[in-house]
Amino acid sequence: MIAILTNPQRFMALSAWAAPTLGAIAAVLGLTGLWFDFIAPPDYQQGYTVHLMFIHVPAAWLSLFVYVCLGAASFIGLVFRAPIADAAARAAAPLGAGFTFLALATGSLWGRPMWGTWWVWDARLTSVLVLFLFYLGYLALQSAIDDEAKASRACAILALVGLINLPIVHFSVVWWNTLHQGASVFRAGGPAMPPAYLVPLLTLALAYTAAFGSLWLVRIRAEVWRRRANVLALRAAG
Amino acid sequence: MTGLRALLGRELALSWGRGGGALLALAFYLAMATLLPLAAGPEPARLAAVAPGSAWLALALASLLSLERLFERDYEDGALDLLALGPAPLEAVAFAKCLAQWITTSAPLALMAPVVATALGAPPDLAPITVVAALAGGLGFSFCGGIGAALSLGSRRGGVLIAVIVLPLFAPPVIFGAGAIEAFGAGLDWKTGMALLGAYSLSAVAVGPFAMAAACRNALS
Repeated sequence: MIAILTNPQRFMALSAWAAPTLGAIAAVLGLTGLWFDFIAPPDYQQGYTVHLMFIHVPAAWLSLFVYVCLGAASFIGLVFRAPIADAAARAAAPLGAGFTFLALATGSLWGRPMWGTWWVWDARLTSVLVLFLFYLGYLALQSAIDDEAKASRACAILALVGLINLPIVHFSVVWWNTLHQGASVFRAGGPAMPPAYLVPLLTLALAYTAAFGSLWLVRIRAEVWRRRANVLALRAAG
Repeated sequence: MTGLRALLGRELALSWGRGGGALLALAFYLAMATLLPLAAGPEPARLAAVAPGSAWLALALASLLSLERLFERDYEDGALDLLALGPAPLEAVAFAKCLAQWITTSAPLALMAPVVATALGAPPDLAPITVVAALAGGLGFSFCGGIGAALSLGSRRGGVLIAVIVLPLFAPPVIFGAGAIEAFGAGLDWKTGMALLGAYSLSAVAVGPFAMAAACRNALS
């Protein structure tokens, strides 16, 4: 594992076929999941808006999963000084921000017909919003430091600080929410999810994960090529 | 230990001598408190409802102000290089700097907090707990903020970048502090919020210096 991350040659050889394979898996699973989504019957309470759930919930899962990937890549980059891990952290952040934004946007679209409001200061919503702010801070720091190696290491430190803080933020927001006695917007745990809903949800969750893996690898490969191009440009100039 | 004391003395002297000490942060805090009634409306009932919370929020923002100069000044004139070469580890240097930041900025702000909250219409009984919460929270603000200040060393836009990095980290202390004050005012259990606030600040004191030292080494390398 570490050898792949420290050796760009091996990484490029492996990812050359892993990225398209994961992309194909994501496409097949995504289309299957969407098909199951379309044939799923409307929910007796949520009506047709239940279809939005299958797009929203995997995005919310991925928003956290990507941050954990970002933290792991940052840790490996910081401790083992693996160049691929640095590139991986750099490549993961915009994807994570995108998934988080997707989760917030689809959640808001779903909330309007279901709760009658675009936004509620609920514990889960607020902690996802803070996660989005973490991503924005990471991207802002990355773009503000000119020296790329320094920017990577500074961002890695920030990602690890954020990784420690995310559970605390989540816990504190839940505590705040119970303190304020907010209106309970989520339905009291209804019956277990029927297979007609569970199948598209899980299929789309896998599709999202595969899509993230594929896009991540493509972005890391682009990052490696960009660095090689920089080196070549420097060599040609000097 | 004497080195640490000398460092702390240096930071305090620098802060009072050149930076105008806490005056800037206090003026900012007052200005924020002045704008609140202008924005939300001057009716006492409406103001009183949000007074403790907004006083606490303004405190968090005011403690951001002097963070920009926390490492930047020493980084620019080369003093940070000397400190990194010196016998004291950078972790201790970062600790001393943040402690000085707490003494010179957070403590005066904490003494000011009940005045602002009361002027906005919070009941005067809240004054003691507001001071205590502001002192405890200020410790967390200083040490979390120091991480942002150290990370943004050598970047192109200091102040706003620090705010974007640090404000999400301020979410837990803002929640715990405002919650404790509010619960105290309502006669509910305020000790939980205060204990959590103290726990957050102390863990920031424990972890922060390591992150700051790593960030400083990275900027100096």
